[in-house]
Amino acid sequence: MSTVIGSGRPARFTFGPNERATLTDPLIANNPITVQMLGVCSALAITTRVDNAVVMSVGVILVAMIASLAVSLIRERIPTAIRIIVQLAIIASLVTVFDQVLEATFYEISLELSVFVGLIITNCMVLGRAEGYAMRHPPFPAVLDALGNALGYALILIVVAATRELLGVGKLLGFQVLPLTRDGGWYEPNGLMVLPPSALFVIGLLIWAMRTWWPSLVEKD
Amino acid sequence: MEHFINLLIRAVFLENLALAYFLGMCSYLACSKKMETAIGLGLAVVFVQTLTVPLNNILMRGLLDEGALSWLGPTFAEIDLRFLSFILFIAVIAAAVQIVEMAIDRFLPALYTSLGVFLPLIAVNCVILGGSLFMQERDYTLPESIVFGFGSGFGFAIAIVALAAIREKLSYSNVPEGLKGLGITFIVVGLMSMAFMVFSGIQL
Repeated sequence: MSTVIGSGRPARFTFGPNERATLTDPLIANNPITVQMLGVCSALAITTRVDNAVVMSVGVILVAMIASLAVSLIRERIPTAIRIIVQLAIIASLVTVFDQVLEATFYEISLELSVFVGLIITNCMVLGRAEGYAMRHPPFPAVLDALGNALGYALILIVVAATRELLGVGKLLGFQVLPLTRDGGWYEPNGLMVLPPSALFVIGLLIWAMRTWWPSLVEKD
Repeated sequence: MEHFINLLIRAVFLENLALAYFLGMCSYLACSKKMETAIGLGLAVVFVQTLTVPLNNILMRGLLDEGALSWLGPTFAEIDLRFLSFILFIAVIAAAVQIVEMAIDRFLPALYTSLGVFLPLIAVNCVILGGSLFMQERDYTLPESIVFGFGSGFGFAIAIVALAAIREKLSYSNVPEGLKGLGITFIVVGLMSMAFMVFSGIQL
Protein backbone atom coordinates (compact mmCIF):
# COMPACT_ATOMS: atom_id res chain seq x y z
CA MET A 1 0.00 0.00 0.00
CA SER A 2 1.43 3.33 -1.00
CA THR A 3 1.08 6.44 1.11
CA VAL A 4 1.84 10.00 0.19
CA ILE A 5 4.70 11.35 2.24
CA GLY A 6 4.17 14.76 3.83
CA SER A 7 0.97 16.74 3.62
CA GLY A 8 -1.05 14.20 1.65
CA ARG A 9 -1.84 16.71 -1.08
CA PRO A 10 -0.52 15.89 -4.56
CA ALA A 11 2.71 17.74 -5.27
CA ARG A 12 2.10 20.85 -7.39
CA PHE A 13 4.50 21.51 -10.20
CA THR A 14 2.14 23.69 -12.21
CA PHE A 15 3.42 27.03 -13.42
CA GLY A 16 0.50 29.45 -13.11
CA PRO A 17 0.28 33.20 -12.52
CA ASN A 18 1.23 32.79 -8.83
CA GLU A 19 4.43 30.99 -9.69
CA ARG A 20 5.24 33.53 -12.37
CA ALA A 21 4.79 36.32 -9.84
CA THR A 22 7.07 34.52 -7.36
CA LEU A 23 9.71 34.38 -10.06
CA THR A 24 9.43 37.86 -11.59
CA ASP A 25 8.54 40.07 -8.61
CA PRO A 26 12.08 40.10 -7.18
CA LEU A 27 13.54 41.21 -10.52
CA ILE A 28 12.38 44.85 -10.25
CA ALA A 29 9.46 45.46 -7.90
CA ASN A 30 10.99 43.66 -4.94
CA ASN A 31 14.64 43.54 -5.98
CA PRO A 32 16.86 42.13 -3.20
CA ILE A 33 19.56 44.81 -3.53
CA THR A 34 17.76 48.03 -4.38
CA VAL A 35 14.53 47.45 -2.47
CA GLN A 36 15.05 44.82 0.23
CA MET A 37 18.66 45.92 0.91
CA LEU A 38 19.91 42.33 1.11
CA GLY A 39 23.27 41.07 -0.14
CA VAL A 40 24.70 44.53 -0.72
CA CYS A 41 28.28 43.80 0.41
CA SER A 42 29.33 41.54 -2.43
CA ALA A 43 27.47 43.67 -4.95
CA LEU A 44 29.77 46.54 -4.08
CA ALA A 45 33.08 44.82 -3.75
CA ILE A 46 33.36 42.61 -6.83
CA THR A 47 31.68 44.68 -9.52
CA THR A 48 34.81 46.15 -11.11
CA ARG A 49 34.62 43.70 -14.03
CA VAL A 50 31.76 41.91 -15.74
CA ASP A 51 33.35 38.45 -15.68
CA ASN A 52 33.77 38.59 -11.89
CA ALA A 53 30.14 39.65 -11.54
CA VAL A 54 28.99 36.79 -13.76
CA VAL A 55 30.94 34.19 -11.76
CA MET A 56 29.63 35.60 -8.49
CA SER A 57 26.06 35.62 -9.84
CA VAL A 58 26.31 31.99 -10.96
CA GLY A 59 27.55 31.05 -7.48
CA VAL A 60 24.75 32.89 -5.72
CA ILE A 61 22.07 31.52 -8.07
CA LEU A 62 23.23 27.91 -7.55
CA VAL A 63 23.75 28.23 -3.78
CA ALA A 64 20.45 30.06 -3.22
CA MET A 65 18.41 27.54 -5.23
CA ILE A 66 19.93 24.41 -3.68
CA ALA A 67 19.86 25.90 -0.17
CA SER A 68 16.19 26.88 -0.47
CA LEU A 69 15.35 23.43 -1.85
CA ALA A 70 17.16 21.67 1.01
CA VAL A 71 15.73 23.91 3.71
CA SER A 72 12.23 23.56 2.31
CA LEU A 73 12.50 19.75 2.12
CA ILE A 74 13.45 19.41 5.79
CA ARG A 75 11.51 22.45 7.06
CA GLU A 76 9.15 20.40 9.22
CA ARG A 77 12.04 18.62 10.96
CA ILE A 78 14.19 21.64 11.86
CA PRO A 79 13.76 22.67 15.54
CA THR A 80 12.96 26.39 15.66
CA ALA A 81 15.65 27.17 18.22
CA ILE A 82 18.55 26.05 16.04
CA ARG A 83 17.15 26.80 12.59
CA ILE A 84 19.69 29.55 11.79
CA ILE A 85 22.60 27.22 12.53
CA VAL A 86 21.05 24.45 10.40
CA GLN A 87 20.54 26.88 7.53
CA LEU A 88 24.08 28.23 7.88
CA ALA A 89 25.49 24.69 7.86
CA ILE A 90 23.63 23.88 4.63
CA ILE A 91 24.72 27.12 2.95
CA ALA A 92 28.32 26.78 4.17
CA SER A 93 28.59 23.26 2.72
CA LEU A 94 27.27 24.42 -0.66
CA VAL A 95 29.63 27.40 -0.72
CA THR A 96 32.57 25.14 0.12
CA VAL A 97 31.73 22.96 -2.88
CA PHE A 98 31.38 25.99 -5.17
CA ASP A 99 34.68 27.45 -3.91
CA GLN A 100 36.56 24.20 -4.54
CA VAL A 101 35.08 23.86 -8.05
CA LEU A 102 35.97 27.48 -8.82
CA GLU A 103 39.56 27.02 -7.62
CA ALA A 104 39.91 23.91 -9.78
CA THR A 105 38.45 25.42 -12.95
CA PHE A 106 38.92 29.23 -12.94
CA TYR A 107 41.92 29.72 -10.67
CA GLU A 108 42.61 33.36 -11.65
CA ILE A 109 39.04 34.48 -11.06
CA SER A 110 39.00 32.68 -7.71
CA LEU A 111 42.12 34.65 -6.68
CA GLU A 112 40.46 37.91 -7.67
CA LEU A 113 37.25 37.16 -5.79
CA SER A 114 39.40 36.17 -2.75
CA VAL A 115 37.29 36.08 0.40
CA PHE A 116 34.09 37.14 -1.32
CA VAL A 117 33.18 33.60 -2.43
CA GLY A 118 33.30 32.56 1.22
CA LEU A 119 31.13 35.51 2.07
CA ILE A 120 28.24 34.06 0.05
CA ILE A 121 27.64 32.17 3.34
CA THR A 122 26.70 35.39 5.10
CA ASN A 123 25.07 36.91 2.02
CA CYS A 124 21.86 38.00 3.68
CA MET A 125 19.99 37.40 0.44
CA VAL A 126 20.61 33.63 0.52
CA LEU A 127 19.94 33.30 4.24
CA GLY A 128 17.03 35.73 4.07
CA ARG A 129 15.23 33.68 1.42
CA ALA A 130 15.91 30.41 3.25
CA GLU A 131 14.67 31.84 6.55
CA GLY A 132 11.93 34.10 5.23
CA TYR A 133 10.43 31.95 2.47
CA ALA A 134 11.70 28.37 2.24
CA MET A 135 10.99 27.65 5.93
CA ARG A 136 7.26 28.13 5.27
CA HIS A 137 6.71 26.96 1.70
CA PRO A 138 6.89 23.65 -0.22
CA PRO A 139 10.01 22.92 -2.31
CA PHE A 140 8.82 24.02 -5.77
CA PRO A 141 7.76 27.60 -4.87
CA ALA A 142 10.80 27.87 -2.59
CA VAL A 143 13.17 27.12 -5.47
CA LEU A 144 11.30 29.56 -7.74
CA ASP A 145 11.53 32.26 -5.09
CA ALA A 146 15.26 31.66 -4.60
CA LEU A 147 15.81 31.71 -8.38
CA GLY A 148 13.84 34.94 -8.76
CA ASN A 149 15.71 36.71 -6.01
CA ALA A 150 19.09 35.44 -7.18
CA LEU A 151 18.29 36.63 -10.72
CA GLY A 152 17.29 40.04 -9.36
CA TYR A 153 20.61 40.14 -7.51
CA ALA A 154 22.50 39.04 -10.63
CA LEU A 155 20.74 41.69 -12.72
CA ILE A 156 21.94 44.54 -10.47
CA LEU A 157 25.42 43.01 -10.17
CA ILE A 158 25.89 42.77 -13.92
CA VAL A 159 24.42 46.22 -14.67
CA VAL A 160 26.73 47.83 -12.08
CA ALA A 161 29.76 45.84 -13.27
CA ALA A 162 29.07 46.69 -16.92
CA THR A 163 28.76 50.40 -16.11
CA ARG A 164 31.98 50.40 -14.12
CA GLU A 165 34.00 48.37 -16.60
CA LEU A 166 32.75 50.38 -19.60
CA LEU A 167 33.34 53.81 -18.08
CA GLY A 168 36.42 52.83 -16.08
CA VAL A 169 38.55 51.10 -18.71
CA GLY A 170 36.37 51.26 -21.84
CA LYS A 171 36.01 47.47 -21.98
CA LEU A 172 33.21 44.94 -21.68
CA LEU A 173 34.10 41.35 -20.66
CA GLY A 174 37.72 42.23 -21.47
CA PHE A 175 37.08 43.46 -25.05
CA GLN A 176 37.90 47.08 -25.87
CA VAL A 177 34.56 48.74 -26.70
CA LEU A 178 35.48 52.40 -26.39
CA PRO A 179 38.91 53.19 -27.92
CA LEU A 180 41.04 55.01 -25.33
CA THR A 181 42.80 58.30 -26.08
CA ARG A 182 46.00 56.63 -24.91
CA ASP A 183 45.78 54.24 -27.88
CA GLY A 184 44.70 56.90 -30.38
CA GLY A 185 40.92 56.64 -29.75
CA TRP A 186 38.54 59.25 -28.37
CA TYR A 187 37.51 57.93 -24.91
CA GLU A 188 39.24 59.32 -21.83
CA PRO A 189 38.73 56.63 -19.13
CA ASN A 190 37.20 57.71 -15.82
CA GLY A 191 39.60 56.46 -13.16
CA LEU A 192 37.04 56.88 -10.37
CA MET A 193 34.95 54.05 -11.81
CA VAL A 194 37.69 51.52 -11.07
CA LEU A 195 37.88 52.55 -7.41
CA PRO A 196 35.57 51.01 -4.79
CA PRO A 197 33.44 54.14 -3.97
CA SER A 198 32.06 54.30 -7.51
CA ALA A 199 30.01 51.13 -6.87
CA LEU A 200 28.08 53.05 -4.22
CA PHE A 201 27.46 55.98 -6.56
CA VAL A 202 26.34 53.70 -9.38
CA ILE A 203 23.91 51.80 -7.12
CA GLY A 204 22.65 55.05 -5.58
CA LEU A 205 21.94 56.50 -9.02
CA LEU A 206 20.42 53.19 -10.13
CA ILE A 207 17.99 53.32 -7.20
CA TRP A 208 17.11 56.89 -8.17
CA ALA A 209 16.48 55.85 -11.77
CA MET A 210 14.36 52.85 -10.74
CA ARG A 211 12.25 54.97 -8.40
CA THR A 212 11.68 57.57 -11.07
CA TRP A 213 10.48 54.90 -13.50
CA TRP A 214 8.39 52.99 -10.94
CA PRO A 215 7.15 55.62 -8.44
CA SER A 216 5.60 52.87 -6.27
CA LEU A 217 9.13 52.06 -5.01
CA VAL A 218 9.63 55.47 -3.36
CA GLU A 219 10.01 55.18 0.42
CA LYS A 220 7.21 56.60 2.52
CA ASP A 221 7.99 59.14 5.30
CA MET B 1 55.75 46.52 19.03
CA GLU B 2 55.94 48.95 16.13
CA HIS B 3 54.72 46.17 13.86
CA PHE B 4 51.54 45.75 15.92
CA ILE B 5 50.81 49.49 16.00
CA ASN B 6 51.17 49.57 12.22
CA LEU B 7 48.83 46.60 11.92
CA LEU B 8 46.27 48.28 14.18
CA ILE B 9 46.31 51.55 12.24
CA ARG B 10 46.08 49.67 8.99
CA ALA B 11 43.10 47.61 10.21
CA VAL B 12 41.24 50.65 11.56
CA PHE B 13 41.82 53.18 8.77
CA LEU B 14 43.57 51.91 5.64
CA GLU B 15 41.74 48.63 5.35
CA ASN B 16 38.54 49.66 7.05
CA LEU B 17 36.26 46.66 6.52
CA ALA B 18 33.16 48.80 6.03
CA LEU B 19 34.50 51.60 3.85
CA ALA B 20 37.33 49.92 1.92
CA TYR B 21 35.97 46.38 1.51
CA PHE B 22 32.25 47.09 1.98
CA LEU B 23 31.71 44.21 4.39
CA GLY B 24 28.68 44.18 6.64
CA MET B 25 26.93 46.68 4.38
CA CYS B 26 23.46 45.30 5.07
CA SER B 27 23.53 46.03 8.77
CA TYR B 28 25.70 49.09 8.13
CA LEU B 29 22.93 50.66 6.07
CA ALA B 30 20.01 49.26 8.05
CA CYS B 31 21.18 50.08 11.59
CA SER B 32 22.58 53.57 11.01
CA LYS B 33 19.34 55.54 11.14
CA LYS B 34 19.77 56.39 14.82
CA MET B 35 22.86 57.13 16.87
CA GLU B 36 22.05 54.73 19.74
CA THR B 37 21.53 51.70 17.54
CA ALA B 38 24.71 52.51 15.64
CA ILE B 39 26.75 52.68 18.84
CA GLY B 40 25.16 49.42 20.06
CA LEU B 41 25.95 47.55 16.87
CA GLY B 42 29.46 49.01 16.74
CA LEU B 43 30.22 47.85 20.31
CA ALA B 44 28.83 44.39 19.63
CA VAL B 45 30.98 44.04 16.50
CA VAL B 46 34.17 45.11 18.34
CA PHE B 47 33.39 42.58 21.06
CA VAL B 48 32.62 39.59 18.86
CA GLN B 49 35.34 40.36 16.32
CA THR B 50 38.07 40.57 19.00
CA LEU B 51 36.92 37.19 20.27
CA THR B 52 36.31 35.19 17.08
CA VAL B 53 39.32 36.15 14.93
CA PRO B 54 41.92 34.86 17.48
CA LEU B 55 39.71 31.85 18.25
CA ASN B 56 39.50 30.93 14.58
CA ASN B 57 43.24 31.51 14.30
CA ILE B 58 43.91 28.96 17.06
CA LEU B 59 41.57 26.43 15.45
CA MET B 60 43.07 27.01 12.02
CA ARG B 61 46.60 26.33 13.26
CA GLY B 62 45.57 23.44 15.52
CA LEU B 63 43.17 21.58 13.24
CA LEU B 64 42.96 22.72 9.64
CA ASP B 65 46.40 23.60 8.29
CA GLU B 66 48.48 21.07 6.45
CA GLY B 67 50.32 19.01 9.05
CA ALA B 68 48.40 20.60 11.92
CA LEU B 69 47.07 17.24 13.01
CA SER B 70 50.53 15.68 13.42
CA TRP B 71 50.04 15.67 17.22
CA LEU B 72 47.57 12.82 16.67
CA GLY B 73 50.31 10.62 15.24
CA PRO B 74 52.45 10.36 12.11
CA THR B 75 49.59 9.02 9.94
CA PHE B 76 47.71 12.31 10.38
CA ALA B 77 50.69 14.50 9.49
CA GLU B 78 49.78 14.96 5.83
CA ILE B 79 46.10 15.77 6.24
CA ASP B 80 45.11 19.20 4.90
CA LEU B 81 41.64 20.18 6.10
CA ARG B 82 41.65 23.79 4.89
CA PHE B 83 38.61 23.17 2.69
CA LEU B 84 36.55 22.82 5.88
CA SER B 85 37.41 26.34 7.04
CA PHE B 86 34.12 27.97 5.98
CA ILE B 87 32.01 25.54 7.97
CA LEU B 88 34.30 25.64 11.00
CA PHE B 89 34.53 29.45 11.04
CA ILE B 90 30.79 30.00 10.78
CA ALA B 91 30.15 27.40 13.50
CA VAL B 92 32.67 29.09 15.80
CA ILE B 93 31.11 32.49 15.12
CA ALA B 94 27.57 31.25 15.78
CA ALA B 95 28.67 29.54 19.00
CA ALA B 96 30.77 32.51 20.17
CA VAL B 97 27.89 34.91 19.60
CA GLN B 98 25.62 32.67 21.65
CA ILE B 99 28.13 32.46 24.52
CA VAL B 100 28.88 36.18 24.47
CA GLU B 101 25.15 36.86 24.54
CA MET B 102 24.62 34.66 27.61
CA ALA B 103 27.69 36.09 29.38
CA ILE B 104 26.66 39.71 28.82
CA ASP B 105 23.12 38.91 29.92
CA ARG B 106 24.46 37.41 33.15
CA PHE B 107 27.18 39.92 34.07
CA LEU B 108 26.39 43.19 32.26
CA PRO B 109 22.60 43.46 32.04
CA ALA B 110 22.73 47.18 31.17
CA LEU B 111 24.92 46.56 28.12
CA TYR B 112 22.70 43.61 27.18
CA THR B 113 19.56 45.71 26.99
CA SER B 114 21.33 48.41 24.98
CA LEU B 115 22.70 45.91 22.45
CA GLY B 116 19.31 44.24 22.20
CA VAL B 117 18.60 42.40 19.00
CA PHE B 118 21.99 43.18 17.41
CA LEU B 119 23.99 40.55 19.25
CA PRO B 120 22.29 37.49 17.69
CA LEU B 121 22.21 39.22 14.30
CA ILE B 122 25.97 39.56 14.34
CA ALA B 123 26.35 35.84 13.63
CA VAL B 124 25.29 36.55 10.07
CA ASN B 125 27.18 39.82 9.66
CA CYS B 126 29.77 39.52 6.92
CA VAL B 127 32.25 41.72 8.84
CA ILE B 128 32.78 38.91 11.33
CA LEU B 129 33.22 36.08 8.82
CA GLY B 130 35.18 38.43 6.53
CA GLY B 131 37.61 39.24 9.35
CA SER B 132 38.30 35.54 9.90
CA LEU B 133 38.70 34.89 6.18
CA PHE B 134 41.15 37.79 5.77
CA MET B 135 43.04 36.44 8.79
CA GLN B 136 43.30 33.08 7.03
CA GLU B 137 44.23 34.55 3.65
CA ARG B 138 46.99 36.74 5.13
CA ASP B 139 48.20 33.99 7.46
CA TYR B 140 48.35 36.10 10.64
CA THR B 141 50.00 34.76 13.81
CA LEU B 142 48.00 34.63 17.05
CA PRO B 143 49.11 38.05 18.45
CA GLU B 144 48.63 39.61 15.02
CA SER B 145 45.14 38.18 14.79
CA ILE B 146 44.19 39.64 18.18
CA VAL B 147 45.33 43.08 17.03
CA PHE B 148 43.66 42.65 13.63
CA GLY B 149 40.40 41.44 15.19
CA PHE B 150 40.19 44.41 17.53
CA GLY B 151 41.30 46.91 14.89
CA SER B 152 38.89 45.76 12.21
CA GLY B 153 35.97 45.70 14.64
CA PHE B 154 36.89 49.18 15.89
CA GLY B 155 37.14 50.48 12.33
CA PHE B 156 33.63 49.22 11.59
CA ALA B 157 32.33 50.87 14.78
CA ILE B 158 33.87 54.24 13.82
CA ALA B 159 32.42 54.00 10.34
CA ILE B 160 28.87 53.17 11.45
CA VAL B 161 28.82 55.87 14.15
CA ALA B 162 30.05 58.44 11.61
CA LEU B 163 27.35 57.43 9.12
CA ALA B 164 24.64 57.60 11.80
CA ALA B 165 25.74 61.15 12.68
CA ILE B 166 25.56 62.20 9.03
CA ARG B 167 22.15 60.59 8.51
CA GLU B 168 20.69 62.34 11.57
CA LYS B 169 21.75 65.68 10.07
CA LEU B 170 20.56 64.59 6.64
CA SER B 171 16.95 64.39 7.79
CA TYR B 172 16.85 68.22 7.76
CA SER B 173 17.96 68.50 4.14
CA ASN B 174 15.86 68.66 1.02
CA VAL B 175 16.67 65.50 -0.91
CA PRO B 176 15.10 64.78 -4.35
CA GLU B 177 12.05 62.52 -4.10
CA GLY B 178 13.50 59.35 -5.65
CA LEU B 179 16.81 59.61 -3.80
CA LYS B 180 15.24 59.80 -0.33
CA GLY B 181 16.26 57.12 2.13
CA LEU B 182 18.33 54.37 0.56
CA GLY B 183 19.53 56.25 -2.53
CA ILE B 184 21.12 59.21 -0.77
CA THR B 185 22.57 56.88 1.88
CA PHE B 186 24.48 54.99 -0.81
CA ILE B 187 25.88 58.24 -2.17
CA VAL B 188 26.87 59.46 1.31
CA VAL B 189 28.66 56.18 2.00
CA GLY B 190 30.42 56.57 -1.36
CA LEU B 191 31.69 60.02 -0.34
CA MET B 192 32.78 58.67 3.08
CA SER B 193 34.59 55.85 1.35
CA MET B 194 36.40 58.35 -0.88
CA ALA B 195 37.38 60.32 2.21
CA PHE B 196 38.80 57.16 3.80
CA MET B 197 40.87 56.54 0.67
CA VAL B 198 43.02 59.50 1.75
CA PHE B 199 44.52 57.21 4.39
CA SER B 200 46.00 54.96 1.73
CA GLY B 201 48.63 57.68 1.24
CA ILE B 202 50.06 56.89 4.68
CA GLN B 203 53.34 55.00 4.51
CA LEU B 204 53.57 52.31 7.18
